Amino acid sequence: MTNMLFAGFGGQGILFAGKITANAGMSYNKQVSWLPSYGPEMRGGTANCSVCIDDEPISCPLVSEPDILVVMNKPSYHKFENSIVEGGTLVYDSSLIENDEPRNDINVYGIPATSLAESEGLNGLANIIMLGFTLQKTNFLPYDVVSKAIEKSVPKSKEHLLKPNLKALEIGFNYK
Amino acid sequence: MSEKFLMKGNEALAEAAIRAGCRHFFGYPITPQTEISAYMSKRMPKIGGTYLQAESEVAAINMVLGAASAGVRAMTSSSSPGISLKSEGVSYIAGSDVPCVIIDVMRGGPGLGGIQPSQADYWQATKSLGHGDFQILVYAPASVQEMVDLMYKAFDKSDEYRMPAMILADGMLGQMMEPVSFPEDNTSNLKEKEWATNGTKEARKPNIINSLLLNPDELEKSIVERYKKYDIIKEKEVLFEDYLTDDADFVVVAYGATSRISKSAVNEARKKGIKVGLLRPKTLWPFPTEKLYQLSKQVKKMLVVEMSMGQMVDDVKLSTKGNCPVEFYGRTGGVIPTPKEVLNEIIKLAEKEGE
Amino acid sequence: MAVVFEKTKGLTDKETHYCPGCTHGIIHRLVAECLEELGLLGTTVGVASVGCSVMAYDYFNCDMVQAPHGRAPAVATGLKRALPQNTIFTYQGDGDLAAIGTAETVHAATRGENITIIFVNNAIYGMTGGQMAPTTLPNQVTQTSPYGRDVHTAGYPIRMCEMLSTLSGVAYAERVTVISPQTIRNAKKAIKKAFTVQKEGKGFSIIEVLSTCPTNWGMSPIEAMGWLKDNMIPYYPLGVYKDVSEEGVFPND
Repeated sequence: MTNMLFAGFGGQGILFAGKITANAGMSYNKQVSWLPSYGPEMRGGTANCSVCIDDEPISCPLVSEPDILVVMNKPSYHKFENSIVEGGTLVYDSSLIENDEPRNDINVYGIPATSLAESEGLNGLANIIMLGFTLQKTNFLPYDVVSKAIEKSVPKSKEHLLKPNLKALEIGFNYK
Repeated sequence: MSEKFLMKGNEALAEAAIRAGCRHFFGYPITPQTEISAYMSKRMPKIGGTYLQAESEVAAINMVLGAASAGVRAMTSSSSPGISLKSEGVSYIAGSDVPCVIIDVMRGGPGLGGIQPSQADYWQATKSLGHGDFQILVYAPASVQEMVDLMYKAFDKSDEYRMPAMILADGMLGQMMEPVSFPEDNTSNLKEKEWATNGTKEARKPNIINSLLLNPDELEKSIVERYKKYDIIKEKEVLFEDYLTDDADFVVVAYGATSRISKSAVNEARKKGIKVGLLRPKTLWPFPTEKLYQLSKQVKKMLVVEMSMGQMVDDVKLSTKGNCPVEFYGRTGGVIPTPKEVLNEIIKLAEKEGE
Repeated sequence: MAVVFEKTKGLTDKETHYCPGCTHGIIHRLVAECLEELGLLGTTVGVASVGCSVMAYDYFNCDMVQAPHGRAPAVATGLKRALPQNTIFTYQGDGDLAAIGTAETVHAATRGENITIIFVNNAIYGMTGGQMAPTTLPNQVTQTSPYGRDVHTAGYPIRMCEMLSTLSGVAYAERVTVISPQTIRNAKKAIKKAFTVQKEGKGFSIIEVLSTCPTNWGMSPIEAMGWLKDNMIPYYPLGVYKDVSEEGVFPND
């Protein structure tokens, strides 16, 4: 069982990263659920989504105590860091967040995803870099399953975005 | 079962309605159910169906009355404040013995309230969705797959009993995505509706769809007849999920989203050795009264969990007839209780009993 | 013996509940005759509203649905979308159409909903015993405007045909009355025209019929017709307000 929470600003692709994860889990024959926060802001407000991946039917789709927190802004970092279960994992975008109150009972990994995206010409794909990095650190699903899920999730009308998405996943996955 | 799709609850409801033969949808945008309208507006024109964005919730439900009177499967959907507006039409539809399906994806109230998930419209759905003596069928799914399955059932039973059926969901179920597969389309068993107002073709007497009966004796008689139908429904159409209650000392009663949260809590409590089960009504009207009565003779206590200040708890208390204490835990206004909160309540129950 | 007159097949044999001298009877007959003459009775579904004509479902010899107060155009919309080949009409009073059901009326009209509305305007709420209506004239005394309608507090009466004629979805809008053989003949022509417009799929049609309410006006039927002529027609002039029945409301189709 893996309970994940993706959090950040609206417009960072938080919900999309969660959807890819849920789709990947489903294609790997796991039980999955994806639950977004929703609000009046379409862009700019905080956004988060719960993703559960399990062998058993998912009883509660709302993740209040994540095994893995993938976080891309400061307010969400402060809001959710303490909710991570003991022994859990925090993955944060170090170009946007200072890890100023580190917990020592969890695994903490930072990656400057937003700066990497900019320098690699992958604007707007920091979310997928984060996803790739999370995959490297936690191995919650096989890499191929996730890259296939990306292929499935990018709509035909936006096919030109497929390659950049796959590249972003790779960059995150191989980041040292 | 066919291919699995990862779908939002709201979209799954819409697709299921189409596959259940609904070709006439009348809606109005309101969070957190707008995806239903958006989905219908995309799909209906491609399959020769009607998607119409009405000028109001009031108009939408009356368009449903019109279309359903013509004999087709018609649906509208909304969220709490919009359902209040529809209540006039629902009363007329019930009083005219016309079938239709209404979706309510509940949000916090009263008034404009909020847009986060809530279950504070249990009373509205099961007791007072409009004026007069009447009931509607109320289905309470707890997963996206169940939203699909119960949608098929809602249309079938609505037609069978000639009365409105409601899918009572909440913002959490509407917004979440889960894998879902769709059973075979079940439009083949659609029967000719002899009562429909679709033109006499001068081959029969006019059909009249009407809820006005000025003579009190006649009106009483028609209501009593309708209540005989309700008695049959109470006997035949109750649905619930019974989880780990066989040896239970305690039972949590919850429906919809809170039942999933409660199930997590029940599983955790079992790990701590507390003999607790979950009774999850899938139909809120008819209510699983008899099942709860039987359980009330077995268990030490019941705990009702709702996203409200306590509404279904009344029906649980009535069902248990005082056989066991019934406690309540609720969060409201759009706050979703966590499994941990519910677990603490279960532990409290057990501790009070000296376990 | 040669038959010189027959009651229209468009009406049932049920005795109506209307007051003596009320013009609803005439209007019912005209609608029924038009449906019969156009051969539409077997494919028509009527929608009765709330008000004096609430029991119209017992009088018209076609399928009928009784709608909540003001909602007849929405109910008719649902019927029409399910039965696009059938003739769908509503029969509504002024309180129903121009007060509680204004939104339904305006939006059915602007959608170009291919239905026909028969709008009976008698400047008063009849069923409930003579209260002020949205069409009650300035200074007209009713139970709820006992000193006469004061436009400063109660506002002005609504001219529906004029208002609706500004909407692109309206194919035909005409105001008629039924206070003389001549006006009755004109009214019938208008109603027939409206049903024809619908049959040809040209869009929304409305016939407003200025009507009397001798009981609630406190007059004899003859006096009432005179009052209508002298007071209502000047405020609500008769005539065609919109006619795009040639090209229809979606001319580019």
